[in-house]
Amino acid sequence: MSSVNTAHSVVEPGIATKRIAATIVIAYALITMIPLVWIVMTSFKSPPDSISYPPKIVFQPTLEGYCNLFTTRTRQTSDYIASLGAATSTCDEITRSRNMVIAGSSNYWPRFQNSLVIAFGSTFLAVSLGTLAAYGFSRFKVPLAEDLLFFILSTRMMPPIAVAIPIYLMYRELGLSDTALGMILLYTAVNVSLAVWLLKGFIDEIPREYEEAAMIDGYTRMQAFFKVVLPQATTGIAATAIFCLIFAWNEYAFAVLLTSGEAQTAPPFIPTIIGEGGQDWPAVAAGTTIFVVPILVFTILLRKQLLRGITFGAVRK
Amino acid sequence: MTDTSSSLLGKAAKATPAPIASRIRGISDRSMAWLFITPAIALLLAINIFPLIWAIYLSFTNFRANRPNAPIEGVGLSNYSRVLNDPNIWQAMQTTAHFVFWTILLQTLIGFSLAYLIDRKFRGHAFWTTVILVPMMLSPAVVGNFWRFLYQPQIGLFNYIVSFITGIPPSSFEMLGSVPLSPWAIIIVDTWMWTPYVMLICLAGLRSIPDYIYEAAEVDRASLWRQFWSITLPMALPFIMLAVLFRGIENFKMFDMVTLLTGGGPGSTTEVASITLKREAFESWRTGRASAFAIILFVAVFGLANIYVKALNKVKQR
Repeated sequence: MSSVNTAHSVVEPGIATKRIAATIVIAYALITMIPLVWIVMTSFKSPPDSISYPPKIVFQPTLEGYCNLFTTRTRQTSDYIASLGAATSTCDEITRSRNMVIAGSSNYWPRFQNSLVIAFGSTFLAVSLGTLAAYGFSRFKVPLAEDLLFFILSTRMMPPIAVAIPIYLMYRELGLSDTALGMILLYTAVNVSLAVWLLKGFIDEIPREYEEAAMIDGYTRMQAFFKVVLPQATTGIAATAIFCLIFAWNEYAFAVLLTSGEAQTAPPFIPTIIGEGGQDWPAVAAGTTIFVVPILVFTILLRKQLLRGITFGAVRK
Repeated sequence: MTDTSSSLLGKAAKATPAPIASRIRGISDRSMAWLFITPAIALLLAINIFPLIWAIYLSFTNFRANRPNAPIEGVGLSNYSRVLNDPNIWQAMQTTAHFVFWTILLQTLIGFSLAYLIDRKFRGHAFWTTVILVPMMLSPAVVGNFWRFLYQPQIGLFNYIVSFITGIPPSSFEMLGSVPLSPWAIIIVDTWMWTPYVMLICLAGLRSIPDYIYEAAEVDRASLWRQFWSITLPMALPFIMLAVLFRGIENFKMFDMVTLLTGGGPGSTTEVASITLKREAFESWRTGRASAFAIILFVAVFGLANIYVKALNKVKQR
């Protein structure tokens, strides 16, 4: 440690320096959170409150947005609504107070389920294939390894729309368009390149001696891989999985071009939520809030792996 | 770690120390390697390379995806010459370049500054880093859609805050509807969303600088300013360049956010290459010409990225 006057030392920054840095960073963080806080706030507003000017910071919270998100409603006369008897749920009450009745459920939940299936399915596949390939590249002399790795990376340089044209045709031939399987395969292919690159970095870090020792003890290469390398690479695999999951969860371009209904995920669906006379902003905000929560939880729970993942990726590539 | 002499195989290995592994495995290194690598490569071939080759083929034909039964005729290079002579496409390329330039400039400046400040390791820096990371975890489409709400001239929070600070009435600036402002509307959102990414990579770069270099500088009584210019910046430069590469490639492909914010409008002021491509392919259904455009785009990104990586490697080797 440096012994000279540390007030301006970079090695151990002084208190004043730290305070200035903290103030600026915290200010930036708070400003950056405003849009997100606003999304969550809007999801608890009534439609009139959501579009009032000046924007309302204090408002009467309501679940109307969430109710509108999960149901479809039809307008009825107040006489008809009075003849229905007592409302049976909060959502019922809300819709009746607006002279409406619930006509059925909306498409949000099925779209959300599609997102879950496709994101987790493709993440599992991408990480499995990626781990194998990364191990292969890390431990064996693969002919043209450098070129293959670069080829794997280069598949990410194509704009999604460009790849979407032939994939659209191919999927139409194979009957894979608008199916969850088709989307899982597509996202797996997109993610596998990232997975190979990230995981190769992590596996390179594990000393070869571990497996060699295991093999000398009578393990086969496969057993050594599963019993020695895989447990050692857990952190790296977790970090990679989060990245793949975030990509698949958030992807829009392929989803909007290749799915039209059955296999549609939430990102193309949320912007299409329409209320009476234009976009129903509280419902859109509610859909966004629900959609964002899993990713927020992941980010907070796994922030350390996340940081490692990104920085490792940066160092390796 | 393990007692090698305890197993029979271990003894056998001891006798011939050099090729231990190959004796034990029973399966050759090469086939083993392929066993591990093939599944990933096969998937990439099926979902990326085969379609790419198909796209190359289609780019030489007059095929239209909405008329799959019409006979396919080869048209030679005419798709390519049409694309390259189309002023709209050049306009879109220019718009894209404009976005890439400004977003990278802003994200690098802000991202690096933040990383530099966070590297002071003040109390709670890990928590605030996580908070700053949140925007990049979101879906660009969902983000674009929501910012469209924030940008509404009559009801939007963004317009309210700007007019509150500057005193300009909110109805007199339409972020998404006016020709001079709409590109900036997108640049602001992209910067909001992706600055954290640049920040993280810069942070990795700053953390990779060993302390003893600063200690040496300290002993030499080098000023903070001097330390920054001759240690911090040059040593973090490869990382900054890496961040620029990643953001450059990503923003060259920019599609979802723009689609949801402006859809390319007003007029075609924010029509980036991906949106033109989507119009050609899925609205005009000129599949052949769209494929030619896609190939040109790919070659352009690939070529630029290659040149850039060469420069990056030179910087790294310094």
